[in-house]
Amino acid sequence: MSPTMAVMRRELRSYFVTPVAYVFLVIFLVLAGILTFYADDFYDRRIADLQPFFVMHPWLYLILVPAVSMRTWAEEAKSGTLELLQTLPLTLWQAMLGKFLAAWLFVGLALLLTFPIWITVNYLGSPDNGIIIAGYIGSWLMAGAFLAIGACLSTVTSSQVVAFILTALVCVLLILVGQAEVMDFFQGVLPRKLVNGVAHLSMLRHYEAIARGVLDVRDIIYFVLTIAAWLTAGVLVLDMKRSH
Amino acid sequence: MIETDKLTKRYGHLTAVDALSIYAEPGQVLGLLGPNGAGKTTAMRMIAGFLAPSTGTARVCGYDVRKQPLKAKRAMGYLPEGAPSYGEMTVREFLIFIMRMRGLRSEVGRRRFDEVVGRLQLEDALNVSVDTLSKGLRRRVGLAQAILHDPPVLMLDEPTDGLDPNQKHTVRQLIDAMARERTILISTHLLEEVHALCNRVVIIAGGKLRADATPAELEARSRYHGAVSFSAAGSGLSQEMLGRLPQVAGIEVDPLDGRVTVFPKPGARILEAVESLLRQQGLEVSEIQLERGRLDEVFRQITLGAETGAQP
Repeated sequence: MSPTMAVMRRELRSYFVTPVAYVFLVIFLVLAGILTFYADDFYDRRIADLQPFFVMHPWLYLILVPAVSMRTWAEEAKSGTLELLQTLPLTLWQAMLGKFLAAWLFVGLALLLTFPIWITVNYLGSPDNGIIIAGYIGSWLMAGAFLAIGACLSTVTSSQVVAFILTALVCVLLILVGQAEVMDFFQGVLPRKLVNGVAHLSMLRHYEAIARGVLDVRDIIYFVLTIAAWLTAGVLVLDMKRSH
Repeated sequence: MIETDKLTKRYGHLTAVDALSIYAEPGQVLGLLGPNGAGKTTAMRMIAGFLAPSTGTARVCGYDVRKQPLKAKRAMGYLPEGAPSYGEMTVREFLIFIMRMRGLRSEVGRRRFDEVVGRLQLEDALNVSVDTLSKGLRRRVGLAQAILHDPPVLMLDEPTDGLDPNQKHTVRQLIDAMARERTILISTHLLEEVHALCNRVVIIAGGKLRADATPAELEARSRYHGAVSFSAAGSGLSQEMLGRLPQVAGIEVDPLDGRVTVFPKPGARILEAVESLLRQQGLEVSEIQLERGRLDEVFRQITLGAETGAQP
């Protein structure tokens, strides 16, 4: 087994040994259900789709993803196992990738467990299941981007609370940056080209495009690049800490 | 083989390890000795690849830790200070994780696993989570982790710290048994450990190398080396006569228990002369001893002198 896989398996296991995993899953599923069926106009719209469900995801992730990612490196630094891990024969990249994949699979599992909502919608009407699958893919990609941000920011501190707050902060910025209201505000202050460039960084813009059922390669590339960039930054921080 | 080449670590203005060059070859148990804060752990962390050296480098089995870190790490087993391990895992899970990380194939791995678990007497702890283990057991789990892949180089940062005398004995026996074909580097501030384990000693203080010698050579540096001490009732007159012997440099009497220590002039051997004089005087000697030298005294001499000299 490669070291990356070994790290991934260990991380995944550790989620389920502690109550973290179950607490996360329960909160995620309950919130997803409540927000979908009650907070929005799921019934009133009289359309059989999961649009209200997917619209909630960025805001759900904003709280829950940092809670998953905060421990990634901060806990290792705190407990001293970082020294053990970094003196085993694996590269920092392998360690980072293993931890990220574990977190991503875990959130993927949480997403899969929302299937009753999908069944409900199919029972109530006949939705376009292709769009729903695209929505799930987009949601999972966005969760990956948030997790990569969290994994990176977890390297800068040995306090999980600090890691949580930093991650939530960056994620909320990346959500807000694409909102029309925010963009209008900057329109007056910054040059148009810059504003348009910044708008492309927006998570929401790319996520909503996918969630509408348009699996554009550019949107997928956006998420893959975001993940790669933040993971790379995390590896760089870890390496810098070695030479301090 | 472990070799460091002007290994240096700087933190801002503080130099934690200063151009340290040491060498250890198979069959050697090298003791890295020094007061707390001397740079022992920092030096080991650089050799183990956890910290990057500011300048200089280290080689493990010929692999440069800066250029070939993975090969160096494969050749080495390392017990970090405090023996950290993943608390929520059971001992079995933890050791299997290490096996996977080290790429041990299942057949070889299972044999090594059984062997190491047996040697460190971890059978009863296998299904207990690391968090709930006693300090001694946790240390043994750390050791198991380090020797699981049967590495040619072993680095142990304070391996017996926090163990009771029986556990210390077990760990020392284990290290002794492994020493024959391996290179072992042990950091410690326990002088008894040096006697029990090491066949060479490197003393560092203020990050610098202060001494590199065998334990016997270090003892020879002590002013007690070759001295004769004895306990005898009513030895007042004899003390004066002892002082007049040509080989004798001086005499000290312990004010508490009245034990007499006779110091030789450099290079002189005085045991026989002292014994025959005591016999002539008809003194009843309850016990007499030829001193080998006191490591703690040499240690103090080397490290205290260094600290006042080196650091601003």
